[in-house]
Amino acid sequence: MKKTIITVVGNDTVGIIAKVCTYLAEQNVNILDITQTIVQGYFNMMMVTDTTACEKDNGALSRELSALGDEIGVVIRCQDEDIFNKMHRI
Amino acid sequence: MINIFEVNETNKMIEQENLDVRTITMGISLLDCIDSDLDRLNEKIYNKITTRAKDLVETGEKISMEFGIPIVNKRISITPIALIGGAACKTPEDFVTIAKTLDRAAKTVGVNFIGGYSALVSKGMTPAEELLIRSIPQALCETERVCSSVNVGSTKTGINMDAVKLMGEIVLETAKASADQDSLGCAKLVVFCNAPDDNPFMAGAFHGVTEADCIINVGVSGPGVVKTALEEVRGKDFETLCETIKKTAFKVTRVGQLVAQEASKRLNVPFGIVDLSLAPTPAIGDSVAEILQEIGLERTGAPGTTAALALLNDQVKKGGVMASTAVGGLSGAFIPVSEDQGMIDAVNEGALCLEKLEAMTCVCSVGLDMIAIPGDTKASTISGILADEAAIGMINQKTTAVRVIPVIGKGVGETVEFGGLLGYAPVMPVNSFSCDAFVERGGRIPAPIHSFKN
Repeated sequence: MKKTIITVVGNDTVGIIAKVCTYLAEQNVNILDITQTIVQGYFNMMMVTDTTACEKDNGALSRELSALGDEIGVVIRCQDEDIFNKMHRI
Repeated sequence: MINIFEVNETNKMIEQENLDVRTITMGISLLDCIDSDLDRLNEKIYNKITTRAKDLVETGEKISMEFGIPIVNKRISITPIALIGGAACKTPEDFVTIAKTLDRAAKTVGVNFIGGYSALVSKGMTPAEELLIRSIPQALCETERVCSSVNVGSTKTGINMDAVKLMGEIVLETAKASADQDSLGCAKLVVFCNAPDDNPFMAGAFHGVTEADCIINVGVSGPGVVKTALEEVRGKDFETLCETIKKTAFKVTRVGQLVAQEASKRLNVPFGIVDLSLAPTPAIGDSVAEILQEIGLERTGAPGTTAALALLNDQVKKGGVMASTAVGGLSGAFIPVSEDQGMIDAVNEGALCLEKLEAMTCVCSVGLDMIAIPGDTKASTISGILADEAAIGMINQKTTAVRVIPVIGKGVGETVEFGGLLGYAPVMPVNSFSCDAFVERGGRIPAPIHSFKN
Protein backbone atom coordinates (compact mmCIF):
# COMPACT_ATOMS: atom_id res chain seq x y z
CA MET A 1 0.00 0.00 0.00
CA LYS A 2 1.30 3.44 -0.92
CA LYS A 3 -0.01 5.96 1.57
CA THR A 4 -0.28 9.61 0.68
CA ILE A 5 -1.37 12.42 2.97
CA ILE A 6 -3.58 15.09 1.48
CA THR A 7 -4.12 18.29 3.43
CA VAL A 8 -6.58 21.06 2.68
CA VAL A 9 -6.34 24.42 4.42
CA GLY A 10 -8.30 27.59 3.70
CA ASN A 11 -11.52 29.53 4.15
CA ASP A 12 -14.47 27.27 4.85
CA THR A 13 -16.97 27.04 2.02
CA VAL A 14 -19.60 24.66 0.68
CA GLY A 15 -18.43 21.54 -1.11
CA ILE A 16 -14.69 21.43 -0.41
CA ILE A 17 -14.70 17.79 0.62
CA ALA A 18 -17.08 16.88 -2.21
CA LYS A 19 -14.84 18.40 -4.86
CA VAL A 20 -11.65 16.86 -3.48
CA CYS A 21 -13.28 13.45 -3.05
CA THR A 22 -14.74 13.54 -6.56
CA TYR A 23 -11.31 14.22 -7.99
CA LEU A 24 -9.76 11.43 -5.91
CA ALA A 25 -12.45 8.97 -7.01
CA GLU A 26 -11.75 9.84 -10.65
CA GLN A 27 -8.08 9.11 -10.06
CA ASN A 28 -8.82 5.77 -8.38
CA VAL A 29 -7.42 6.97 -5.04
CA ASN A 30 -8.89 5.23 -2.00
CA ILE A 31 -9.54 7.32 1.12
CA LEU A 32 -8.57 5.49 4.31
CA ASP A 33 -9.20 8.18 6.90
CA ILE A 34 -10.44 11.76 7.10
CA THR A 35 -9.86 14.20 9.97
CA GLN A 36 -11.34 17.66 9.81
CA THR A 37 -11.31 20.62 12.17
CA ILE A 38 -11.89 24.35 12.02
CA VAL A 39 -8.85 26.19 13.41
CA GLN A 40 -9.28 29.93 13.99
CA GLY A 41 -12.01 30.05 11.35
CA TYR A 42 -9.94 28.12 8.84
CA PHE A 43 -11.05 24.86 7.34
CA ASN A 44 -8.38 22.27 8.07
CA MET A 45 -8.61 18.72 6.72
CA MET A 46 -6.25 15.79 6.49
CA MET A 47 -6.89 12.67 4.46
CA VAL A 48 -4.88 9.48 4.58
CA THR A 49 -5.19 7.91 1.16
CA ASP A 50 -4.00 4.83 -0.67
CA THR A 51 -2.67 5.71 -4.11
CA THR A 52 -1.57 2.21 -5.10
CA ALA A 53 -4.26 1.90 -7.78
CA CYS A 54 -3.78 5.40 -9.12
CA GLU A 55 -2.04 5.60 -12.46
CA LYS A 56 -0.53 9.02 -11.88
CA ASP A 57 2.56 9.49 -9.77
CA ASN A 58 2.59 11.61 -6.62
CA GLY A 59 4.12 14.57 -8.41
CA ALA A 60 1.29 14.72 -10.96
CA LEU A 61 -1.38 14.24 -8.27
CA SER A 62 0.22 16.98 -6.26
CA ARG A 63 0.19 19.44 -9.18
CA GLU A 64 -3.41 18.68 -10.11
CA LEU A 65 -4.66 18.88 -6.53
CA SER A 66 -2.87 22.17 -6.10
CA ALA A 67 -4.63 23.49 -9.21
CA LEU A 68 -7.98 22.22 -7.87
CA GLY A 69 -7.23 24.04 -4.61
CA ASP A 70 -6.67 27.27 -6.54
CA GLU A 71 -10.13 26.83 -8.12
CA ILE A 72 -11.84 26.31 -4.77
CA GLY A 73 -9.76 28.96 -3.01
CA VAL A 74 -7.94 26.66 -0.58
CA VAL A 75 -4.42 25.25 -0.37
CA ILE A 76 -4.21 21.54 -1.11
CA ARG A 77 -1.01 19.60 -0.54
CA CYS A 78 -0.34 16.01 -1.42
CA GLN A 79 2.68 14.43 0.23
CA ASP A 80 4.15 10.98 0.59
CA GLU A 81 3.38 9.75 4.12
CA ASP A 82 7.06 9.00 4.75
CA ILE A 83 7.99 12.62 5.41
CA PHE A 84 5.64 12.69 8.42
CA ASN A 85 6.55 9.21 9.64
CA LYS A 86 10.24 10.02 9.49
CA MET A 87 9.84 13.28 11.36
CA HIS A 88 7.41 12.17 14.08
CA ARG A 89 8.15 8.48 14.64
CA ILE A 90 11.40 6.91 15.77
CA MET B 1 -1.12 6.49 12.37
CA ILE B 2 0.05 10.04 11.74
CA ASN B 3 -2.41 12.59 13.10
CA ILE B 4 -3.50 15.98 11.84
CA PHE B 5 -1.44 17.87 14.44
CA GLU B 6 1.78 16.20 13.35
CA VAL B 7 0.99 16.84 9.71
CA ASN B 8 0.23 20.47 10.45
CA GLU B 9 3.44 20.84 12.45
CA THR B 10 5.54 19.58 9.55
CA ASN B 11 3.76 21.73 7.02
CA LYS B 12 4.02 24.80 9.24
CA MET B 13 7.78 24.25 9.40
CA ILE B 14 7.92 24.12 5.62
CA GLU B 15 5.53 26.96 4.83
CA GLN B 16 6.20 29.46 7.60
CA GLU B 17 9.56 28.61 9.09
CA ASN B 18 11.61 28.07 5.94
CA LEU B 19 12.35 24.38 6.55
CA ASP B 20 14.08 23.08 3.48
CA VAL B 21 16.72 20.69 2.29
CA ARG B 22 19.44 23.13 1.40
CA THR B 23 21.31 20.98 -1.06
CA ILE B 24 21.64 17.59 -2.65
CA THR B 25 25.27 17.43 -3.66
CA MET B 26 26.56 14.65 -5.87
CA GLY B 27 30.22 13.90 -5.24
CA ILE B 28 31.98 12.67 -8.36
CA SER B 29 35.52 11.34 -8.46
CA LEU B 30 37.52 12.54 -11.46
CA LEU B 31 40.58 10.43 -10.67
CA ASP B 32 39.85 8.18 -13.64
CA CYS B 33 39.85 11.20 -15.98
CA ILE B 34 43.53 12.00 -15.45
CA ASP B 35 45.35 12.40 -18.76
CA SER B 36 48.55 14.12 -19.84
CA ASP B 37 46.79 15.64 -22.86
CA LEU B 38 44.85 18.74 -21.82
CA ASP B 39 42.14 18.50 -24.47
CA ARG B 40 41.51 14.85 -23.73
CA LEU B 41 41.44 15.58 -20.00
CA ASN B 42 38.82 18.30 -20.47
CA GLU B 43 36.72 16.02 -22.63
CA LYS B 44 36.86 13.18 -20.11
CA ILE B 45 35.91 15.51 -17.25
CA TYR B 46 32.96 16.93 -19.16
CA ASN B 47 31.73 13.48 -20.16
CA LYS B 48 32.03 12.00 -16.69
CA ILE B 49 30.18 14.84 -14.98
CA THR B 50 27.40 15.09 -17.53
CA THR B 51 26.92 11.32 -17.52
CA ARG B 52 26.93 10.83 -13.76
CA ALA B 53 24.82 13.87 -12.92
CA LYS B 54 22.45 13.93 -15.87
CA ASP B 55 19.41 13.01 -13.75
CA LEU B 56 20.43 14.84 -10.58
CA VAL B 57 18.35 17.99 -10.99
CA GLU B 58 15.25 16.21 -12.29
CA THR B 59 15.38 13.63 -9.49
CA GLY B 60 15.77 16.38 -6.89
CA GLU B 61 12.73 18.19 -8.25
CA LYS B 62 10.64 15.00 -8.28
CA ILE B 63 11.49 14.20 -4.67
CA SER B 64 10.69 17.76 -3.72
CA MET B 65 7.28 17.52 -5.38
CA GLU B 66 6.35 14.12 -3.95
CA PHE B 67 7.26 14.89 -0.34
CA GLY B 68 6.29 18.53 -0.45
CA ILE B 69 9.66 19.67 0.87
CA PRO B 70 11.66 22.34 -0.99
CA ILE B 71 15.09 21.19 -2.13
CA VAL B 72 16.76 24.50 -2.78
CA ASN B 73 19.98 23.54 -4.54
CA LYS B 74 21.29 20.69 -6.60
CA ARG B 75 25.08 20.74 -6.78
CA ILE B 76 28.16 18.78 -7.67
CA SER B 77 31.46 18.33 -5.89
CA ILE B 78 34.49 16.88 -7.64
CA THR B 79 37.98 15.63 -6.82
CA PRO B 80 40.36 18.56 -6.17
CA ILE B 81 41.38 19.72 -9.62
CA ALA B 82 45.03 20.25 -8.64
CA LEU B 83 45.30 16.43 -8.48
CA ILE B 84 43.44 15.88 -11.72
CA GLY B 85 45.16 18.53 -13.82
CA GLY B 86 48.69 17.93 -12.53
CA ALA B 87 49.83 15.87 -15.50
CA ALA B 88 48.31 18.05 -18.21
CA CYS B 89 48.56 21.60 -16.95
CA LYS B 90 51.83 23.47 -17.36
CA THR B 91 50.54 27.00 -16.77
CA PRO B 92 47.78 28.65 -14.73
CA GLU B 93 45.93 29.25 -18.02
CA ASP B 94 45.87 25.49 -18.64
CA PHE B 95 44.03 25.09 -15.34
CA VAL B 96 41.58 27.81 -16.33
CA THR B 97 40.52 25.67 -19.31
CA ILE B 98 39.44 23.00 -16.80
CA ALA B 99 37.47 25.59 -14.83
CA LYS B 100 35.65 26.50 -18.01
CA THR B 101 34.93 22.85 -18.73
CA LEU B 102 33.48 22.47 -15.22
CA ASP B 103 31.33 25.56 -15.74
CA ARG B 104 30.05 24.19 -19.02
CA ALA B 105 29.28 20.78 -17.47
CA ALA B 106 27.45 22.48 -14.56
CA LYS B 107 25.29 24.42 -16.99
CA THR B 108 24.55 21.32 -19.07
CA VAL B 109 23.24 19.33 -16.10
CA GLY B 110 21.56 22.38 -14.55
CA VAL B 111 23.31 22.57 -11.16
CA ASN B 112 23.88 26.04 -9.73
CA PHE B 113 27.36 25.39 -8.33
CA ILE B 114 30.18 22.94 -8.87
CA GLY B 115 32.83 22.78 -6.15
CA GLY B 116 36.28 21.28 -6.24
CA TYR B 117 38.48 23.72 -8.10
CA SER B 118 40.68 23.01 -5.15
CA ALA B 119 44.12 22.25 -3.82
CA LEU B 120 44.98 20.45 -0.59
CA VAL B 121 48.26 21.94 0.55
CA SER B 122 48.14 21.60 4.33
CA LYS B 123 51.77 20.47 4.50
CA GLY B 124 53.36 21.35 1.18
CA MET B 125 52.56 22.49 -2.33
CA THR B 126 53.34 20.57 -5.52
CA PRO B 127 54.09 22.68 -8.63
CA ALA B 128 50.65 21.73 -10.00
CA GLU B 129 48.94 22.87 -6.80
CA GLU B 130 50.74 26.19 -6.93
CA LEU B 131 49.72 26.63 -10.58
CA LEU B 132 46.10 25.92 -9.69
CA ILE B 133 46.17 28.39 -6.82
CA ARG B 134 47.67 31.05 -9.08
CA SER B 135 44.94 30.41 -11.64
CA ILE B 136 42.10 30.96 -9.12
CA PRO B 137 41.51 34.70 -9.77
CA GLN B 138 41.15 34.19 -13.52
CA ALA B 139 39.21 30.92 -13.14
CA LEU B 140 36.62 32.40 -10.79
CA CYS B 141 36.14 35.52 -12.86
CA GLU B 142 35.79 33.79 -16.20
CA THR B 143 33.32 31.21 -14.92
CA GLU B 144 29.98 31.54 -13.23
CA ARG B 145 29.31 28.38 -11.25
CA VAL B 146 32.75 27.09 -10.30
CA CYS B 147 33.72 27.25 -6.62
CA SER B 148 37.23 27.01 -5.32
CA SER B 149 38.78 26.02 -2.01
CA VAL B 150 42.28 25.59 -0.67
CA ASN B 151 43.15 23.64 2.47
CA VAL B 152 46.15 25.31 4.08
CA GLY B 153 46.44 23.44 7.34
CA SER B 154 45.32 20.58 9.55
CA THR B 155 45.66 19.37 13.11
CA LYS B 156 47.91 16.53 11.91
CA THR B 157 50.20 18.56 9.66
CA GLY B 158 50.28 22.08 11.04
CA ILE B 159 49.81 25.17 8.88
CA ASN B 160 51.50 25.72 5.55
CA MET B 161 52.42 29.38 5.95
CA ASP B 162 53.78 29.65 2.41
CA ALA B 163 50.30 28.72 1.20
CA VAL B 164 48.73 31.15 3.68
CA LYS B 165 50.91 33.97 2.34
CA LEU B 166 50.06 33.07 -1.25
CA MET B 167 46.34 32.80 -0.50
CA GLY B 168 46.29 36.28 1.02
CA GLU B 169 47.55 37.56 -2.32
CA ILE B 170 45.16 35.36 -4.30
CA VAL B 171 42.10 36.51 -2.32
CA LEU B 172 43.04 40.11 -3.06
CA GLU B 173 43.76 39.39 -6.74
CA THR B 174 40.41 37.61 -7.06
CA ALA B 175 38.72 40.65 -5.56
CA LYS B 176 40.48 42.92 -8.04
CA ALA B 177 39.71 40.66 -11.00
CA SER B 178 35.99 40.81 -10.13
CA ALA B 179 35.99 44.46 -9.03
CA ASP B 180 33.24 45.28 -11.51
CA GLN B 181 30.91 42.87 -9.64
CA ASP B 182 31.72 44.14 -6.12
CA SER B 183 34.48 41.51 -5.87
CA LEU B 184 31.96 38.66 -6.08
CA GLY B 185 34.74 36.25 -7.10
CA CYS B 186 35.81 36.00 -3.45
CA ALA B 187 32.37 34.68 -2.48
CA LYS B 188 33.31 31.54 -4.43
CA LEU B 189 36.66 31.05 -2.71
CA VAL B 190 37.21 29.40 0.69
CA VAL B 191 40.45 28.88 2.59
CA PHE B 192 40.20 25.88 4.93
CA CYS B 193 41.97 24.26 7.82
CA ASN B 194 40.95 20.62 8.44
CA ALA B 195 38.72 20.56 5.33
CA PRO B 196 36.30 17.59 5.35
CA ASP B 197 36.16 15.25 2.33
CA ASP B 198 32.38 15.04 2.24
CA ASN B 199 31.09 18.59 2.62
CA PRO B 200 27.96 19.21 0.52
CA PHE B 201 27.93 22.99 1.12
CA MET B 202 29.43 25.56 -1.21
CA ALA B 203 31.74 27.24 -1.75
CA GLY B 204 33.97 24.77 0.05
CA ALA B 205 32.66 21.47 -1.30
CA PHE B 206 35.03 19.03 -2.93
CA HIS B 207 34.98 15.26 -3.35
CA GLY B 208 37.84 13.92 -1.25
CA VAL B 209 40.21 11.25 -2.49
CA THR B 210 39.08 8.96 0.32
CA GLU B 211 35.56 8.90 -1.15
CA ALA B 212 33.87 6.42 -3.50
CA ASP B 213 33.46 7.04 -7.23
CA CYS B 214 30.11 8.76 -6.85
CA ILE B 215 28.06 9.56 -3.76
CA ILE B 216 25.09 11.61 -2.61
CA ASN B 217 25.53 14.04 0.29
CA VAL B 218 22.68 16.10 1.61
CA GLY B 219 22.79 19.35 3.55
CA VAL B 220 19.78 20.22 5.69
CA SER B 221 18.90 23.58 7.10
CA GLY B 222 16.21 25.12 9.28
CA PRO B 223 17.27 28.02 11.52
CA GLY B 224 13.69 29.33 11.37
CA VAL B 225 12.34 26.06 12.77
CA VAL B 226 14.72 26.18 15.73
CA LYS B 227 13.94 29.85 16.33
CA THR B 228 10.18 29.20 16.41
CA ALA B 229 10.57 26.19 18.70
CA LEU B 230 12.61 28.31 21.12
CA GLU B 231 9.89 30.97 21.25
CA GLU B 232 7.86 28.38 23.18
CA VAL B 233 10.47 28.04 25.94
CA ARG B 234 11.30 31.69 26.67
CA GLY B 235 12.50 32.16 30.24
CA LYS B 236 12.97 28.42 30.85
CA ASP B 237 16.28 26.95 32.07
CA PHE B 238 19.15 25.72 29.91
CA GLU B 239 18.16 22.06 30.17
CA THR B 240 14.78 22.86 28.63
CA LEU B 241 16.42 25.06 26.01
CA CYS B 242 18.88 22.34 25.02
CA GLU B 243 16.22 19.64 24.88
CA THR B 244 14.12 21.82 22.59
CA ILE B 245 17.02 22.42 20.19
CA LYS B 246 17.88 18.72 20.15
CA LYS B 247 14.33 17.62 19.38
CA THR B 248 14.00 20.18 16.63
CA ALA B 249 17.35 19.28 15.10
CA PHE B 250 16.26 15.64 15.15
CA LYS B 251 13.10 16.40 13.17
CA VAL B 252 14.91 18.57 10.65
CA THR B 253 17.62 16.00 10.10
CA ARG B 254 15.13 13.18 9.61
CA VAL B 255 13.81 15.01 6.58
CA GLY B 256 17.35 15.31 5.24
CA GLN B 257 17.94 11.63 5.81
CA LEU B 258 14.72 10.74 3.98
CA VAL B 259 15.64 12.91 1.00
CA ALA B 260 19.18 11.53 0.96
CA GLN B 261 17.92 7.94 0.96
CA GLU B 262 15.39 8.62 -1.78
CA ALA B 263 17.93 10.44 -3.96
CA SER B 264 20.46 7.69 -3.43
CA LYS B 265 17.93 4.99 -4.37
CA ARG B 266 16.56 6.76 -7.43
CA LEU B 267 19.93 7.81 -8.80
CA ASN B 268 21.46 4.44 -7.94
CA VAL B 269 24.34 6.17 -6.22
CA PRO B 270 25.43 5.28 -2.66
CA PHE B 271 24.39 7.58 0.16
CA GLY B 272 27.31 9.43 1.72
CA ILE B 273 26.36 11.66 4.62
CA VAL B 274 23.82 14.13 5.90
CA ASP B 275 25.35 17.45 6.86
CA LEU B 276 23.16 18.73 9.68
CA SER B 277 23.86 22.40 9.45
CA LEU B 278 21.81 25.42 10.39
CA ALA B 279 22.45 27.39 7.22
CA PRO B 280 20.86 30.83 7.22
CA THR B 281 19.63 32.79 4.20
CA PRO B 282 18.89 36.49 3.92
CA ALA B 283 15.14 35.67 4.11
CA ILE B 284 13.34 36.99 7.19
CA GLY B 285 13.04 34.26 9.81
CA ASP B 286 15.87 32.14 8.38
CA SER B 287 18.59 33.45 10.63
CA VAL B 288 21.04 31.88 13.09
CA ALA B 289 21.54 35.30 14.72
CA GLU B 290 17.83 35.36 15.57
CA ILE B 291 18.22 32.01 17.37
CA LEU B 292 21.01 33.53 19.45
CA GLN B 293 18.72 36.46 20.25
CA GLU B 294 15.94 34.06 21.18
CA ILE B 295 18.38 32.32 23.54
CA GLY B 296 18.63 35.63 25.37
CA LEU B 297 20.97 38.10 23.67
CA GLU B 298 19.88 41.58 22.68
CA ARG B 299 22.06 41.31 19.60
CA THR B 300 24.55 38.78 18.29
CA GLY B 301 27.95 39.95 19.50
CA ALA B 302 26.79 40.81 23.03
CA PRO B 303 28.68 39.11 25.88
CA GLY B 304 27.36 35.56 26.08
CA THR B 305 27.28 35.14 22.31
CA THR B 306 30.10 32.60 22.19
CA ALA B 307 28.50 30.49 24.94
CA ALA B 308 25.08 30.64 23.28
CA LEU B 309 26.56 29.62 19.93
CA ALA B 310 28.56 26.81 21.55
CA LEU B 311 25.46 25.26 23.09
CA LEU B 312 23.47 25.72 19.90
CA ASN B 313 26.15 24.04 17.79
CA ASP B 314 26.47 21.13 20.21
CA GLN B 315 22.73 20.53 20.61
CA VAL B 316 22.20 20.60 16.85
CA LYS B 317 24.79 17.85 16.52
CA LYS B 318 23.38 15.82 19.42
CA GLY B 319 19.85 15.94 18.04
CA GLY B 320 20.88 15.37 14.44
CA VAL B 321 23.27 12.48 14.95
CA MET B 322 20.52 10.11 16.05
CA ALA B 323 18.35 11.09 13.11
CA SER B 324 20.79 10.03 10.43
CA THR B 325 22.72 6.86 9.64
CA ALA B 326 25.81 8.87 8.72
CA VAL B 327 26.59 12.43 9.62
CA GLY B 328 29.49 14.35 8.17
CA GLY B 329 30.52 17.48 6.34
CA LEU B 330 30.56 20.65 8.38
CA SER B 331 27.55 19.95 10.65
CA GLY B 332 26.64 22.66 13.14
CA ALA B 333 25.65 26.31 12.89
CA PHE B 334 26.96 28.53 10.11
CA ILE B 335 27.59 32.17 10.94
CA PRO B 336 27.95 33.95 7.59
CA VAL B 337 27.42 37.68 7.82
CA SER B 338 25.98 38.61 4.43
CA GLU B 339 23.60 35.62 4.32
CA ASP B 340 21.95 36.28 7.68
CA GLN B 341 19.76 39.32 8.31
CA GLY B 342 20.30 39.15 12.07
CA MET B 343 24.07 39.21 11.61
CA ILE B 344 23.85 42.13 9.19
CA ASP B 345 21.74 44.07 11.71
CA ALA B 346 24.20 43.26 14.49
CA VAL B 347 27.11 44.61 12.42
CA ASN B 348 25.19 47.72 11.39
CA GLU B 349 24.31 48.49 14.99
CA GLY B 350 27.88 48.06 16.16
CA ALA B 351 27.20 44.94 18.22
CA LEU B 352 29.40 42.62 16.19
CA CYS B 353 33.00 43.08 15.07
CA LEU B 354 35.49 40.89 13.24
CA GLU B 355 37.28 39.94 16.46
CA LYS B 356 34.05 38.72 18.09
CA LEU B 357 33.24 36.77 14.95
CA GLU B 358 36.66 35.16 15.22
CA ALA B 359 35.91 34.12 18.79
CA MET B 360 32.59 32.69 17.64
CA THR B 361 34.36 30.56 15.03
CA CYS B 362 36.03 28.63 17.86
CA VAL B 363 32.65 27.08 18.63
CA CYS B 364 30.64 27.33 15.39
CA SER B 365 30.71 24.76 12.63
CA VAL B 366 33.03 26.54 10.21
CA GLY B 367 34.60 29.98 10.30
CA LEU B 368 34.72 33.58 9.12
CA ASP B 369 32.16 33.45 6.38
CA MET B 370 30.94 36.00 3.82
CA ILE B 371 32.51 38.97 5.53
CA ALA B 372 33.07 42.12 3.49
CA ILE B 373 36.24 44.02 4.38
CA PRO B 374 37.67 47.24 2.91
CA GLY B 375 39.11 46.93 -0.60
CA ASP B 376 42.37 48.55 0.45
CA THR B 377 43.15 45.79 2.98
CA LYS B 378 46.71 44.54 2.44
CA ALA B 379 47.35 40.99 1.18
CA SER B 380 49.52 40.33 4.23
CA THR B 381 46.68 41.37 6.53
CA ILE B 382 44.36 38.90 4.78
CA SER B 383 47.07 36.25 5.22
CA GLY B 384 47.14 37.14 8.92
CA ILE B 385 43.37 36.62 9.16
CA LEU B 386 43.74 33.29 7.34
CA ALA B 387 46.54 32.20 9.69
CA ASP B 388 44.54 33.12 12.81
CA GLU B 389 41.54 31.17 11.64
CA ALA B 390 43.64 28.17 10.57
CA ALA B 391 45.32 28.20 13.99
CA ILE B 392 41.92 28.02 15.71
CA GLY B 393 41.05 25.00 13.57
CA MET B 394 44.41 23.32 14.02
CA ILE B 395 44.51 23.63 17.80
CA ASN B 396 40.83 22.81 18.39
CA GLN B 397 40.75 19.88 15.94
CA LYS B 398 37.85 21.40 14.03
CA THR B 399 37.20 22.61 10.53
CA THR B 400 37.68 26.31 10.10
CA ALA B 401 37.42 28.35 6.95
CA VAL B 402 37.70 31.92 5.78
CA ARG B 403 35.61 33.51 3.05
CA VAL B 404 36.33 37.23 3.23
CA ILE B 405 35.59 39.66 0.45
CA PRO B 406 37.86 42.68 0.15
CA VAL B 407 35.46 44.91 -1.75
CA ILE B 408 37.53 46.93 -4.19
CA GLY B 409 36.62 50.62 -4.15
CA LYS B 410 34.58 50.39 -0.95
CA GLY B 411 35.41 51.26 2.62
CA VAL B 412 34.02 50.80 6.14
CA GLY B 413 30.38 51.81 6.45
CA GLU B 414 29.50 51.14 2.83
CA THR B 415 27.31 48.24 1.80
CA VAL B 416 27.93 45.61 -0.83
CA GLU B 417 25.16 43.69 -2.59
CA PHE B 418 25.88 40.14 -3.79
CA GLY B 419 22.35 39.13 -4.62
CA GLY B 420 20.33 35.93 -4.14
CA LEU B 421 21.36 33.52 -1.39
CA LEU B 422 24.63 35.41 -0.94
CA GLY B 423 22.77 38.46 0.37
CA TYR B 424 24.37 41.81 1.19
CA ALA B 425 26.89 42.98 3.74
CA PRO B 426 28.19 46.08 5.43
CA VAL B 427 31.96 46.51 4.94
CA MET B 428 33.57 45.76 8.31
CA PRO B 429 36.70 47.38 9.71
CA VAL B 430 39.89 45.31 9.93
CA ASN B 431 42.63 45.89 12.49
CA SER B 432 45.09 48.06 10.57
CA PHE B 433 48.28 47.17 12.44
CA SER B 434 50.71 45.29 10.24
CA CYS B 435 51.64 41.58 10.34
CA ASP B 436 54.01 41.82 7.34
CA ALA B 437 57.07 40.46 9.13
CA PHE B 438 55.08 37.51 10.50
CA VAL B 439 53.66 36.53 7.11
CA GLU B 440 57.01 37.10 5.33
CA ARG B 441 58.80 34.45 7.40
CA GLY B 442 57.62 31.61 5.18
CA GLY B 443 57.71 27.89 5.96
CA ARG B 444 55.39 25.93 8.19
CA ILE B 445 53.84 26.12 11.63
CA PRO B 446 54.39 22.61 13.02
CA ALA B 447 51.52 20.37 14.08
CA PRO B 448 50.40 20.91 17.67
CA ILE B 449 50.98 18.49 20.52
CA HIS B 450 47.95 16.37 21.38
CA SER B 451 48.50 16.14 25.09
CA PHE B 452 48.64 18.66 27.96
CA LYS B 453 45.29 20.13 26.89
CA ASN B 454 44.75 23.49 28.49
